[in-house]
Amino acid sequence: MSESSAARAKRRPGLEAVQEQGWWKAHRWLLLRRLSQLSILLLFLAGPLWGVWIIKGNLAASLTLDLLPLSDPLVVLQELAAGQTPLTNALLGAGIIALFYALLGGRVFCAWVCPVNPISDAANWLRQRLGLKGGAKVSRSVRYWLLAAVLVLAAVSGALLWELINPVHALYRALLFGVGWIGWMAAALFVLELVSGRDMWCGHLCPMGAFYALLGRFSLLRVTADARARCNECMDCYAVCPEPTILSNPVNGAEKGLQPLIDSGLCSNCGRCIDVCARDVFRFAPRWNSDQNPSVEP
Amino acid sequence: MSSSARNTGSGVTRRQFLLDATRSAAGVALASAALSLYGASGAQALPASAIRPPGALPEKEFLGACLRCGLCVRDCPYNTLKLAQLGEEVALGTPYFEARKVPCEMCDDIPCVAVCPSGALDPQLKKIELARMGLAVLIDHEACIAFQGLRCEVCFNVCPVRGKAITLEYRRNQRTGMHAFFIPVVHSSDCTGCGKCEKACILEEAAIKVLPFELAKGMLGKHYRLGWKEKQKAGHAIIGDDVKHRYNLPEGMHYEHAGRGLVIDQPPGAPAPLPGSDALPDSPFPDDPLKRLNSGKGGI
Repeated sequence: MSESSAARAKRRPGLEAVQEQGWWKAHRWLLLRRLSQLSILLLFLAGPLWGVWIIKGNLAASLTLDLLPLSDPLVVLQELAAGQTPLTNALLGAGIIALFYALLGGRVFCAWVCPVNPISDAANWLRQRLGLKGGAKVSRSVRYWLLAAVLVLAAVSGALLWELINPVHALYRALLFGVGWIGWMAAALFVLELVSGRDMWCGHLCPMGAFYALLGRFSLLRVTADARARCNECMDCYAVCPEPTILSNPVNGAEKGLQPLIDSGLCSNCGRCIDVCARDVFRFAPRWNSDQNPSVEP
Repeated sequence: MSSSARNTGSGVTRRQFLLDATRSAAGVALASAALSLYGASGAQALPASAIRPPGALPEKEFLGACLRCGLCVRDCPYNTLKLAQLGEEVALGTPYFEARKVPCEMCDDIPCVAVCPSGALDPQLKKIELARMGLAVLIDHEACIAFQGLRCEVCFNVCPVRGKAITLEYRRNQRTGMHAFFIPVVHSSDCTGCGKCEKACILEEAAIKVLPFELAKGMLGKHYRLGWKEKQKAGHAIIGDDVKHRYNLPEGMHYEHAGRGLVIDQPPGAPAPLPGSDALPDSPFPDDPLKRLNSGKGGI
Protein backbone atom coordinates (compact mmCIF):
# COMPACT_ATOMS: atom_id res chain seq x y z
CA MET A 1 0.00 0.00 0.00
CA SER A 2 1.45 3.34 -0.98
CA GLU A 3 1.84 6.17 1.51
CA SER A 4 -0.85 8.32 -0.04
CA SER A 5 -3.46 5.60 -0.10
CA ALA A 6 -2.68 4.80 3.53
CA ALA A 7 -3.33 8.41 4.41
CA ARG A 8 -6.49 8.32 2.36
CA ALA A 9 -7.62 5.16 4.12
CA LYS A 10 -7.13 6.91 7.45
CA ARG A 11 -9.60 9.51 6.41
CA ARG A 12 -11.91 7.05 4.76
CA PRO A 13 -11.58 3.75 6.60
CA GLY A 14 -13.44 0.95 4.94
CA LEU A 15 -12.72 2.11 1.41
CA GLU A 16 -10.86 -1.06 0.67
CA ALA A 17 -13.69 -3.15 2.05
CA VAL A 18 -16.13 -1.35 -0.24
CA GLN A 19 -13.89 -1.99 -3.21
CA GLU A 20 -13.38 -5.63 -2.42
CA GLN A 21 -16.72 -6.65 -0.98
CA GLY A 22 -19.20 -4.10 -2.24
CA TRP A 23 -20.91 -1.19 -0.55
CA TRP A 24 -23.63 -3.21 1.15
CA LYS A 25 -21.35 -5.70 2.84
CA ALA A 26 -19.03 -2.93 3.96
CA HIS A 27 -21.92 -1.09 5.63
CA ARG A 28 -24.12 -3.95 6.76
CA TRP A 29 -23.86 -3.58 10.51
CA LEU A 30 -23.83 0.19 10.33
CA LEU A 31 -27.12 0.20 8.43
CA LEU A 32 -28.65 -2.39 10.72
CA ARG A 33 -27.62 -0.26 13.67
CA ARG A 34 -29.21 2.85 12.22
CA LEU A 35 -32.29 0.79 11.49
CA SER A 36 -32.38 -0.40 15.09
CA GLN A 37 -31.94 3.13 16.47
CA LEU A 38 -34.61 4.46 14.17
CA SER A 39 -37.15 1.71 14.68
CA ILE A 40 -36.87 1.86 18.46
CA LEU A 41 -37.39 5.60 18.30
CA LEU A 42 -40.35 5.10 15.96
CA LEU A 43 -41.88 2.55 18.31
CA PHE A 44 -41.82 5.23 20.99
CA LEU A 45 -42.91 7.97 18.60
CA ALA A 46 -45.84 6.04 17.14
CA GLY A 47 -47.89 6.92 20.21
CA PRO A 48 -47.43 10.67 20.41
CA LEU A 49 -47.31 11.11 16.62
CA TRP A 50 -49.98 8.75 15.32
CA GLY A 51 -51.80 7.58 18.43
CA VAL A 52 -50.53 4.02 18.06
CA TRP A 53 -49.49 3.23 21.60
CA ILE A 54 -46.99 0.40 21.43
CA ILE A 55 -44.54 1.80 23.95
CA LYS A 56 -45.41 4.51 26.43
CA GLY A 57 -42.83 6.44 28.40
CA ASN A 58 -39.22 6.80 27.39
CA LEU A 59 -35.82 5.19 27.87
CA ALA A 60 -35.86 5.88 31.62
CA ALA A 61 -38.95 3.74 32.10
CA SER A 62 -41.62 2.52 29.74
CA LEU A 63 -44.62 0.29 29.39
CA THR A 64 -44.96 -1.82 26.26
CA LEU A 65 -48.51 -2.70 25.20
CA ASP A 66 -49.63 -1.73 28.72
CA LEU A 67 -48.07 -4.95 29.89
CA LEU A 68 -44.30 -5.16 29.80
CA PRO A 69 -42.49 -2.74 32.11
CA LEU A 70 -38.95 -1.79 31.16
CA SER A 71 -36.71 0.64 32.96
CA ASP A 72 -33.17 1.88 32.90
CA PRO A 73 -31.35 0.04 35.69
CA LEU A 74 -29.04 2.98 36.36
CA VAL A 75 -31.95 5.38 36.90
CA VAL A 76 -33.60 2.88 39.23
CA LEU A 77 -30.29 2.46 41.05
CA GLN A 78 -30.14 6.21 41.46
CA GLU A 79 -33.62 6.21 42.97
CA LEU A 80 -32.52 3.52 45.42
CA ALA A 81 -29.39 5.49 46.23
CA ALA A 82 -31.54 8.55 46.83
CA GLY A 83 -33.33 6.58 49.54
CA GLN A 84 -36.62 6.14 47.72
CA THR A 85 -38.44 2.89 47.05
CA PRO A 86 -39.24 2.05 43.43
CA LEU A 87 -42.41 0.04 42.87
CA THR A 88 -42.47 -3.48 41.44
CA ASN A 89 -42.81 -2.27 37.85
CA ALA A 90 -39.65 -0.19 38.02
CA LEU A 91 -37.66 -2.97 39.70
CA LEU A 92 -38.96 -5.63 37.35
CA GLY A 93 -38.30 -3.42 34.34
CA ALA A 94 -34.77 -2.69 35.49
CA GLY A 95 -34.17 -6.41 36.04
CA ILE A 96 -35.35 -7.32 32.55
CA ILE A 97 -33.20 -4.66 30.92
CA ALA A 98 -30.17 -5.55 33.04
CA LEU A 99 -30.48 -9.22 32.19
CA PHE A 100 -30.97 -8.47 28.50
CA TYR A 101 -27.83 -6.37 28.22
CA ALA A 102 -25.82 -8.65 30.47
CA LEU A 103 -26.42 -11.43 27.96
CA LEU A 104 -26.08 -9.33 24.81
CA GLY A 105 -23.15 -7.11 25.74
CA GLY A 106 -24.01 -4.11 27.86
CA ARG A 107 -22.89 -1.42 25.51
CA VAL A 108 -25.14 -2.82 22.82
CA PHE A 109 -27.38 -0.15 24.29
CA CYS A 110 -24.85 2.52 23.32
CA ALA A 111 -24.46 1.37 19.75
CA TRP A 112 -27.92 0.14 18.92
CA VAL A 113 -30.35 2.20 21.01
CA CYS A 114 -28.86 5.36 22.52
CA PRO A 115 -29.87 8.60 20.77
CA VAL A 116 -26.49 10.18 21.45
CA ASN A 117 -24.80 7.60 19.25
CA PRO A 118 -25.88 9.09 15.88
CA ILE A 119 -24.74 12.54 17.04
CA SER A 120 -21.45 11.19 18.26
CA ASP A 121 -20.95 9.12 15.10
CA ALA A 122 -21.77 12.07 12.88
CA ALA A 123 -19.30 14.30 14.70
CA ASN A 124 -16.59 11.68 14.53
CA TRP A 125 -17.27 11.03 10.87
CA LEU A 126 -16.84 14.73 10.19
CA ARG A 127 -13.75 14.82 12.40
CA GLN A 128 -12.23 12.07 10.34
CA ARG A 129 -13.12 13.66 7.02
CA LEU A 130 -11.74 17.02 8.09
CA GLY A 131 -8.66 15.29 9.43
CA LEU A 132 -9.01 17.00 12.81
CA LYS A 133 -6.36 15.93 15.25
CA GLY A 134 -5.80 16.47 18.92
CA GLY A 135 -8.31 17.63 21.47
CA ALA A 136 -8.52 17.41 25.23
CA LYS A 137 -6.65 14.59 26.88
CA VAL A 138 -9.15 12.88 29.10
CA SER A 139 -8.63 9.45 30.55
CA ARG A 140 -11.10 6.82 29.45
CA SER A 141 -11.54 5.84 33.08
CA VAL A 142 -13.24 9.15 33.88
CA ARG A 143 -16.58 7.56 33.03
CA TYR A 144 -16.23 5.08 35.91
CA TRP A 145 -15.47 7.91 38.30
CA LEU A 146 -18.51 9.72 36.95
CA LEU A 147 -20.61 6.60 37.37
CA ALA A 148 -19.60 6.41 41.01
CA ALA A 149 -20.23 10.14 41.37
CA VAL A 150 -23.73 9.80 39.89
CA LEU A 151 -24.69 7.31 42.61
CA VAL A 152 -22.90 9.18 45.37
CA LEU A 153 -24.57 12.43 44.34
CA ALA A 154 -27.98 10.77 44.43
CA ALA A 155 -27.25 9.32 47.86
CA VAL A 156 -25.94 12.57 49.30
CA SER A 157 -28.51 14.94 47.82
CA GLY A 158 -31.51 12.63 47.84
CA ALA A 159 -32.27 13.83 44.32
CA LEU A 160 -31.50 12.40 40.89
CA LEU A 161 -29.01 15.14 40.14
CA TRP A 162 -27.51 13.36 37.15
CA GLU A 163 -30.89 13.24 35.46
CA LEU A 164 -30.91 17.04 35.43
CA ILE A 165 -28.29 16.94 32.70
CA ASN A 166 -28.18 13.36 31.38
CA PRO A 167 -28.36 13.92 27.62
CA VAL A 168 -29.22 10.29 26.83
CA HIS A 169 -32.62 10.53 28.50
CA ALA A 170 -33.06 14.23 27.79
CA LEU A 171 -32.82 13.69 24.03
CA TYR A 172 -35.43 10.97 23.93
CA ARG A 173 -37.71 12.83 26.31
CA ALA A 174 -37.47 15.93 24.20
CA LEU A 175 -38.32 14.04 21.03
CA LEU A 176 -41.26 12.27 22.65
CA PHE A 177 -42.69 14.97 24.89
CA GLY A 178 -42.11 18.20 23.00
CA VAL A 179 -38.83 19.59 21.95
CA GLY A 180 -37.99 22.58 24.13
CA TRP A 181 -34.37 23.70 23.95
CA ILE A 182 -33.06 20.25 23.27
CA GLY A 183 -31.53 21.26 19.95
CA TRP A 184 -28.92 23.13 21.95
CA MET A 185 -28.00 20.04 23.90
CA ALA A 186 -27.66 18.01 20.71
CA ALA A 187 -25.61 20.76 19.11
CA ALA A 188 -23.41 21.04 22.19
CA LEU A 189 -22.75 17.31 22.15
CA PHE A 190 -21.91 17.45 18.46
CA VAL A 191 -19.46 20.28 18.97
CA LEU A 192 -17.96 18.57 22.03
CA GLU A 193 -17.29 15.44 20.03
CA LEU A 194 -16.00 17.41 17.08
CA VAL A 195 -13.50 19.66 18.80
CA SER A 196 -12.65 18.13 22.17
CA GLY A 197 -11.60 14.75 20.95
CA ARG A 198 -12.71 11.55 19.35
CA ASP A 199 -15.62 9.91 21.18
CA MET A 200 -15.22 12.33 24.04
CA TRP A 201 -18.72 11.81 25.37
CA CYS A 202 -19.44 8.17 24.67
CA GLY A 203 -15.92 6.87 25.14
CA HIS A 204 -14.68 8.99 28.03
CA LEU A 205 -17.47 10.62 30.01
CA CYS A 206 -20.87 8.95 29.77
CA PRO A 207 -21.61 7.15 33.05
CA MET A 208 -24.42 5.18 31.43
CA GLY A 209 -21.89 3.75 29.00
CA ALA A 210 -19.65 2.87 31.94
CA PHE A 211 -22.53 1.19 33.71
CA TYR A 212 -23.44 -0.86 30.67
CA ALA A 213 -19.78 -1.75 30.15
CA LEU A 214 -19.68 -3.24 33.64
CA LEU A 215 -23.02 -4.92 33.10
CA GLY A 216 -21.93 -6.58 29.86
CA ARG A 217 -18.54 -7.65 31.14
CA PHE A 218 -19.32 -11.34 30.73
CA SER A 219 -21.88 -11.12 27.97
CA LEU A 220 -22.43 -14.09 25.72
CA LEU A 221 -22.40 -12.29 22.40
CA ARG A 222 -18.99 -11.00 21.34
CA VAL A 223 -16.98 -9.85 18.41
CA THR A 224 -14.01 -12.07 17.80
CA ALA A 225 -10.95 -11.56 15.62
CA ASP A 226 -10.42 -15.26 15.19
CA ALA A 227 -9.38 -14.82 11.57
CA ARG A 228 -6.62 -12.45 12.63
CA ALA A 229 -4.09 -14.47 10.66
CA ARG A 230 -5.54 -12.70 7.62
CA CYS A 231 -4.95 -9.21 9.09
CA ASN A 232 -2.76 -6.94 6.98
CA GLU A 233 -2.59 -4.20 9.59
CA CYS A 234 -4.43 -1.61 7.52
CA MET A 235 -5.71 -0.14 10.81
CA ASP A 236 -9.17 0.59 9.46
CA CYS A 237 -10.77 -1.16 12.43
CA TYR A 238 -8.82 1.09 14.80
CA ALA A 239 -10.02 4.08 12.83
CA VAL A 240 -13.70 3.24 13.21
CA CYS A 241 -13.78 1.53 16.59
CA PRO A 242 -15.17 3.83 19.30
CA GLU A 243 -13.03 1.96 21.84
CA PRO A 244 -9.86 1.26 19.84
CA THR A 245 -7.82 0.30 22.90
CA ILE A 246 -9.76 -2.93 23.24
CA LEU A 247 -8.72 -4.10 19.77
CA SER A 248 -4.99 -4.40 20.22
CA ASN A 249 -4.84 -7.57 22.29
CA PRO A 250 -7.30 -9.61 20.25
CA VAL A 251 -6.09 -8.40 16.87
CA ASN A 252 -2.35 -8.10 17.44
CA GLY A 253 -1.77 -10.37 20.40
CA ALA A 254 -1.33 -13.62 18.53
CA GLU A 255 2.39 -13.93 19.27
CA LYS A 256 1.74 -13.26 22.97
CA GLY A 257 -0.86 -15.99 23.03
CA LEU A 258 -3.69 -13.57 23.75
CA GLN A 259 -7.13 -14.76 22.77
CA PRO A 260 -8.85 -13.32 19.68
CA LEU A 261 -12.10 -12.72 21.55
CA ILE A 262 -12.81 -9.08 22.27
CA ASP A 263 -13.36 -9.66 25.93
CA SER A 264 -13.79 -6.10 27.15
CA GLY A 265 -17.15 -4.92 28.39
CA LEU A 266 -16.40 -1.66 26.63
CA CYS A 267 -17.13 -3.24 23.25
CA SER A 268 -20.50 -1.96 22.08
CA ASN A 269 -21.00 -4.79 19.57
CA CYS A 270 -21.50 -2.14 16.92
CA GLY A 271 -19.92 -4.32 14.27
CA ARG A 272 -18.18 -1.48 12.45
CA CYS A 273 -14.90 -3.42 12.60
CA ILE A 274 -16.62 -6.28 10.82
CA ASP A 275 -17.89 -3.85 8.17
CA VAL A 276 -14.66 -2.05 7.40
CA CYS A 277 -12.33 -5.02 7.42
CA ALA A 278 -11.59 -6.02 3.84
CA ARG A 279 -10.08 -9.29 5.07
CA ASP A 280 -13.04 -10.51 7.13
CA VAL A 281 -10.95 -10.78 10.27
CA PHE A 282 -13.90 -10.19 12.60
CA ARG A 283 -17.25 -11.83 13.19
CA PHE A 284 -19.93 -11.96 15.84
CA ALA A 285 -19.74 -15.14 17.86
CA PRO A 286 -21.00 -16.59 21.08
CA ARG A 287 -18.40 -16.25 23.80
CA TRP A 288 -17.85 -20.01 24.03
CA ASN A 289 -17.56 -20.43 20.30
CA SER A 290 -14.89 -17.90 19.47
CA ASP A 291 -11.77 -20.03 19.41
CA GLN A 292 -12.62 -22.03 16.33
CA ASN A 293 -9.54 -20.73 14.68
CA PRO A 294 -7.06 -20.01 17.46
CA SER A 295 -3.79 -18.76 16.10
CA VAL A 296 -1.70 -19.57 19.12
CA GLU A 297 -2.30 -21.71 22.16
CA PRO A 298 -1.14 -20.19 25.44
CA MET B 1 2.55 -2.17 21.02
CA SER B 2 2.10 0.57 23.55
CA SER B 3 -1.28 -0.58 24.78
CA SER B 4 -0.10 -4.10 25.47
CA ALA B 5 2.91 -2.70 27.32
CA ARG B 6 0.42 -0.78 29.44
CA ASN B 7 -1.08 -4.05 30.55
CA THR B 8 2.19 -5.39 31.88
CA GLY B 9 2.16 -2.79 34.63
CA SER B 10 5.72 -1.53 34.70
CA GLY B 11 6.73 1.27 37.11
CA VAL B 12 6.31 4.12 34.67
CA THR B 13 2.84 3.05 33.58
CA ARG B 14 1.85 2.61 37.19
CA ARG B 15 2.89 6.18 37.86
CA GLN B 16 1.00 7.20 34.75
CA PHE B 17 -2.00 5.28 36.00
CA LEU B 18 -1.91 6.98 39.40
CA LEU B 19 -1.54 10.34 37.73
CA ASP B 20 -4.49 9.60 35.46
CA ALA B 21 -6.58 8.39 38.36
CA THR B 22 -5.82 11.45 40.46
CA ARG B 23 -6.59 13.78 37.61
CA SER B 24 -9.82 11.95 36.80
CA ALA B 25 -10.93 11.96 40.41
CA ALA B 26 -10.21 15.65 40.75
CA GLY B 27 -12.08 16.45 37.54
CA VAL B 28 -15.07 14.36 38.52
CA ALA B 29 -15.11 15.88 42.01
CA LEU B 30 -15.20 19.34 40.46
CA ALA B 31 -17.94 18.37 38.05
CA SER B 32 -19.94 16.81 40.88
CA ALA B 33 -19.60 19.94 42.97
CA ALA B 34 -20.83 22.01 40.03
CA LEU B 35 -23.75 19.65 39.51
CA SER B 36 -24.70 19.78 43.19
CA LEU B 37 -24.59 23.56 43.12
CA TYR B 38 -26.73 23.61 39.98
CA GLY B 39 -29.12 21.12 41.53
CA ALA B 40 -29.26 22.95 44.82
CA SER B 41 -29.85 26.35 43.27
CA GLY B 42 -32.37 26.85 40.54
CA ALA B 43 -32.92 23.42 39.16
CA GLN B 44 -34.72 21.99 42.15
CA ALA B 45 -36.85 24.97 43.06
CA LEU B 46 -40.37 24.56 41.81
CA PRO B 47 -41.96 27.78 40.59
CA ALA B 48 -45.18 28.61 42.41
CA SER B 49 -47.25 28.18 39.25
CA ALA B 50 -46.06 24.61 38.67
CA ILE B 51 -48.21 22.02 40.41
CA ARG B 52 -47.18 18.39 40.83
CA PRO B 53 -49.60 15.57 39.94
CA PRO B 54 -51.85 14.07 42.64
CA GLY B 55 -50.09 11.87 45.18
CA ALA B 56 -46.72 13.48 44.50
CA LEU B 57 -44.30 13.00 47.37
CA PRO B 58 -43.04 16.16 49.08
CA GLU B 59 -40.84 17.97 46.58
CA LYS B 60 -37.51 16.91 48.02
CA GLU B 61 -38.41 13.22 48.03
CA PHE B 62 -40.17 13.56 44.70
CA LEU B 63 -36.91 14.64 43.08
CA GLY B 64 -35.24 11.53 44.43
CA ALA B 65 -37.98 9.20 43.28
CA CYS B 66 -39.26 10.43 39.92
CA LEU B 67 -37.62 8.51 37.06
CA ARG B 68 -38.83 11.14 34.56
CA CYS B 69 -40.39 8.54 32.30
CA GLY B 70 -43.54 10.51 31.51
CA LEU B 71 -45.91 7.59 31.99
CA CYS B 72 -48.14 9.79 34.18
CA VAL B 73 -48.25 12.30 31.32
CA ARG B 74 -49.30 9.58 28.91
CA ASP B 75 -52.02 8.11 31.08
CA CYS B 76 -53.63 11.43 31.97
CA PRO B 77 -56.78 11.48 29.82
CA TYR B 78 -56.98 15.27 29.82
CA ASN B 79 -53.42 16.11 28.78
CA THR B 80 -53.04 18.02 31.99
CA LEU B 81 -49.48 17.00 32.76
CA LYS B 82 -46.32 17.82 30.90
CA LEU B 83 -42.65 17.04 31.41
CA ALA B 84 -40.29 19.90 32.10
CA GLN B 85 -37.99 20.55 29.17
CA LEU B 86 -34.55 22.06 29.02
CA GLY B 87 -34.82 25.77 29.72
CA GLU B 88 -37.88 25.48 31.95
CA GLU B 89 -37.69 26.27 35.64
CA VAL B 90 -38.99 22.89 36.76
CA ALA B 91 -36.40 20.12 37.29
CA LEU B 92 -35.69 18.62 33.86
CA GLY B 93 -38.00 15.80 32.88
CA THR B 94 -40.31 15.90 35.90
CA PRO B 95 -44.09 16.16 35.47
CA TYR B 96 -46.15 19.19 36.43
CA PHE B 97 -49.17 21.18 35.38
CA GLU B 98 -50.22 24.79 35.37
CA ALA B 99 -53.71 25.21 36.78
CA ARG B 100 -54.57 28.28 34.75
CA LYS B 101 -53.81 26.38 31.53
CA VAL B 102 -55.14 22.86 32.15
CA PRO B 103 -56.27 21.96 35.66
CA CYS B 104 -56.49 18.45 37.11
CA GLU B 105 -59.85 16.83 36.40
CA MET B 106 -59.61 14.62 39.49
CA CYS B 107 -60.32 11.22 37.88
CA ASP B 108 -61.77 8.68 40.29
CA ASP B 109 -59.25 6.00 39.31
CA ILE B 110 -56.27 8.43 39.36
CA PRO B 111 -54.56 6.90 36.29
CA CYS B 112 -51.39 8.98 36.68
CA VAL B 113 -50.79 7.50 40.11
CA ALA B 114 -51.71 4.00 38.99
CA VAL B 115 -49.13 3.96 36.18
CA CYS B 116 -46.21 5.55 38.06
CA PRO B 117 -43.50 2.88 38.39
CA SER B 118 -41.25 4.75 40.78
CA GLY B 119 -43.56 5.55 43.68
CA ALA B 120 -42.95 9.26 43.16
CA LEU B 121 -46.74 9.44 42.92
CA ASP B 122 -47.74 7.68 46.09
CA PRO B 123 -49.82 4.54 45.34
CA GLN B 124 -51.36 4.90 48.81
CA LEU B 125 -53.53 7.66 47.38
CA LYS B 126 -56.74 5.84 46.56
CA LYS B 127 -59.28 8.64 46.82
CA ILE B 128 -58.66 11.68 44.70
CA GLU B 129 -60.47 13.86 47.24
CA LEU B 130 -57.55 13.22 49.56
CA ALA B 131 -55.03 14.57 47.05
CA ARG B 132 -53.20 17.70 48.09
CA MET B 133 -51.61 19.02 44.93
CA GLY B 134 -51.56 22.52 46.31
CA LEU B 135 -53.92 24.93 47.98
CA ALA B 136 -56.22 27.43 46.30
CA VAL B 137 -55.86 30.92 47.71
CA LEU B 138 -58.09 33.87 46.95
CA ILE B 139 -55.00 35.89 46.58
CA ASP B 140 -56.25 39.23 45.25
CA HIS B 141 -59.16 40.65 47.21
CA GLU B 142 -58.89 43.91 45.33
CA ALA B 143 -59.51 42.41 41.91
CA CYS B 144 -61.98 39.66 42.87
CA ILE B 145 -65.33 41.07 41.84
CA ALA B 146 -67.12 39.44 44.75
CA PHE B 147 -65.39 42.04 46.88
CA GLN B 148 -66.95 44.78 44.74
CA GLY B 149 -70.36 43.46 45.67
CA LEU B 150 -70.85 41.87 42.25
CA ARG B 151 -72.15 38.36 41.80
CA CYS B 152 -69.71 35.83 40.37
CA GLU B 153 -69.17 32.68 42.45
CA VAL B 154 -67.66 30.92 39.43
CA CYS B 155 -64.85 29.43 41.51
CA PHE B 156 -67.40 28.19 44.04
CA ASN B 157 -69.53 26.62 41.33
CA VAL B 158 -66.77 24.83 39.39
CA CYS B 159 -65.14 23.40 42.49
CA PRO B 160 -65.24 19.58 42.34
CA VAL B 161 -65.48 19.51 46.13
CA ARG B 162 -68.25 22.10 45.94
CA GLY B 163 -69.46 23.54 49.16
CA LYS B 164 -66.59 22.05 51.12
CA ALA B 165 -63.34 23.28 49.61
CA ILE B 166 -64.89 26.64 48.76
CA THR B 167 -67.84 28.07 50.64
CA LEU B 168 -69.51 31.43 50.29
CA GLU B 169 -69.53 33.81 53.20
CA TYR B 170 -72.19 36.49 53.23
CA ARG B 171 -71.15 39.92 54.35
CA ARG B 172 -73.05 43.17 54.52
CA ASN B 173 -72.37 45.52 51.64
CA GLN B 174 -71.90 48.78 53.42
CA ARG B 175 -71.65 50.77 50.22
CA THR B 176 -75.25 50.11 49.27
CA GLY B 177 -76.40 49.27 52.76
CA MET B 178 -78.95 46.87 51.35
CA HIS B 179 -76.96 44.18 49.51
CA ALA B 180 -74.63 41.33 50.38
CA PHE B 181 -71.13 40.36 49.41
CA PHE B 182 -70.78 36.70 48.44
CA ILE B 183 -67.20 36.09 49.45
CA PRO B 184 -65.55 32.79 48.40
CA VAL B 185 -63.62 31.20 51.24
CA VAL B 186 -61.21 28.30 50.62
CA HIS B 187 -60.92 25.56 53.24
CA SER B 188 -57.61 23.75 53.33
CA SER B 189 -59.31 20.77 54.97
CA ASP B 190 -60.97 19.88 51.67
CA CYS B 191 -59.14 21.70 48.86
CA THR B 192 -57.25 19.21 46.65
CA GLY B 193 -55.41 21.89 44.68
CA CYS B 194 -56.85 20.71 41.38
CA GLY B 195 -56.89 24.25 40.09
CA LYS B 196 -60.32 24.27 38.46
CA CYS B 197 -61.17 27.47 40.32
CA GLU B 198 -58.05 29.17 39.04
CA LYS B 199 -58.77 27.98 35.52
CA ALA B 200 -62.37 29.23 35.69
CA CYS B 201 -61.73 32.61 37.33
CA ILE B 202 -63.31 35.20 35.05
CA LEU B 203 -60.62 37.81 35.59
CA GLU B 204 -57.89 38.34 33.04
CA GLU B 205 -55.43 37.32 35.72
CA ALA B 206 -57.00 34.90 38.19
CA ALA B 207 -57.71 36.32 41.65
CA ILE B 208 -57.79 32.78 43.03
CA LYS B 209 -54.66 30.73 42.48
CA VAL B 210 -53.42 27.31 43.43
CA LEU B 211 -50.13 27.61 45.24
CA PRO B 212 -47.82 24.93 46.59
CA PHE B 213 -48.88 24.03 50.10
CA GLU B 214 -45.71 25.24 51.74
CA LEU B 215 -46.21 28.62 50.12
CA ALA B 216 -49.93 28.97 50.74
CA LYS B 217 -50.40 27.57 54.20
CA GLY B 218 -49.62 29.51 57.33
CA MET B 219 -48.94 27.72 60.57
CA LEU B 220 -50.14 28.70 64.01
CA GLY B 221 -47.51 28.43 66.73
CA LYS B 222 -47.70 25.00 68.32
CA HIS B 223 -48.32 26.52 71.74
CA TYR B 224 -51.51 28.27 70.66
CA ARG B 225 -54.81 27.03 72.08
CA LEU B 226 -58.05 28.56 70.94
CA GLY B 227 -60.13 28.82 74.11
CA TRP B 228 -63.50 28.24 72.48
CA LYS B 229 -62.28 25.16 70.64
CA GLU B 230 -60.61 23.69 73.70
CA LYS B 231 -63.80 24.33 75.62
CA GLN B 232 -65.80 22.50 72.95
CA LYS B 233 -63.36 19.59 72.98
CA ALA B 234 -63.30 19.26 76.74
CA GLY B 235 -67.03 19.86 77.14
CA HIS B 236 -66.37 22.55 79.70
CA ALA B 237 -64.17 25.51 80.23
CA ILE B 238 -60.61 24.33 80.75
CA ILE B 239 -59.59 27.27 82.88
CA GLY B 240 -61.12 27.97 86.33
CA ASP B 241 -63.41 30.90 87.16
CA ASP B 242 -61.87 34.34 87.15
CA VAL B 243 -60.27 35.24 90.41
CA LYS B 244 -62.16 38.12 91.95
CA HIS B 245 -60.10 41.20 91.37
CA ARG B 246 -58.85 42.85 94.49
CA TYR B 247 -58.85 46.58 94.46
CA ASN B 248 -56.47 47.79 97.06
CA LEU B 249 -58.82 50.50 98.30
CA PRO B 250 -58.87 52.40 101.58
CA GLU B 251 -61.16 51.14 104.23
CA GLY B 252 -64.77 52.04 103.75
CA MET B 253 -64.71 51.75 99.99
CA HIS B 254 -65.24 49.06 97.42
CA TYR B 255 -65.37 48.84 93.67
CA GLU B 256 -68.15 47.30 91.64
CA HIS B 257 -66.82 46.19 88.27
CA ALA B 258 -69.47 46.65 85.59
CA GLY B 259 -71.60 48.12 88.32
CA ARG B 260 -71.64 51.39 90.08
CA GLY B 261 -67.88 51.73 90.10
CA LEU B 262 -66.30 53.15 93.21
CA VAL B 263 -68.66 52.89 96.13
CA ILE B 264 -68.10 54.57 99.42
CA ASP B 265 -69.59 52.47 102.12
CA GLN B 266 -71.91 54.50 104.30
CA PRO B 267 -71.10 54.36 107.96
CA PRO B 268 -74.05 52.90 109.81
CA GLY B 269 -76.60 55.54 110.63
CA ALA B 270 -75.50 58.01 107.97
CA PRO B 271 -78.22 59.17 105.66
CA ALA B 272 -78.27 57.62 102.23
CA PRO B 273 -77.75 60.09 99.39
CA LEU B 274 -80.96 61.10 97.79
CA PRO B 275 -81.61 59.26 94.59
CA GLY B 276 -81.27 61.48 91.58
CA SER B 277 -79.44 64.15 93.50
CA ASP B 278 -76.48 65.64 91.71
CA ALA B 279 -74.46 65.77 94.84
CA LEU B 280 -71.36 63.70 94.43
CA PRO B 281 -70.38 61.55 97.34
CA ASP B 282 -67.80 63.07 99.56
CA SER B 283 -64.32 62.48 98.36
CA PRO B 284 -62.61 59.61 100.10
CA PHE B 285 -59.45 61.62 100.11
CA PRO B 286 -58.60 64.20 102.68
CA ASP B 287 -58.43 67.73 101.39
CA ASP B 288 -54.86 68.10 102.46
CA PRO B 289 -52.66 65.90 100.22
CA LEU B 290 -49.87 65.85 102.80
CA LYS B 291 -52.21 64.25 105.31
CA ARG B 292 -52.84 61.47 102.88
CA LEU B 293 -49.19 60.88 102.20
CA ASN B 294 -48.35 60.82 105.86
CA SER B 295 -51.19 58.56 106.87
CA GLY B 296 -49.40 55.47 105.44
CA LYS B 297 -52.38 53.20 105.40
CA GLY B 298 -55.27 54.47 103.42
CA GLY B 299 -53.17 55.63 100.51
CA ILE B 300 -54.21 54.31 97.13
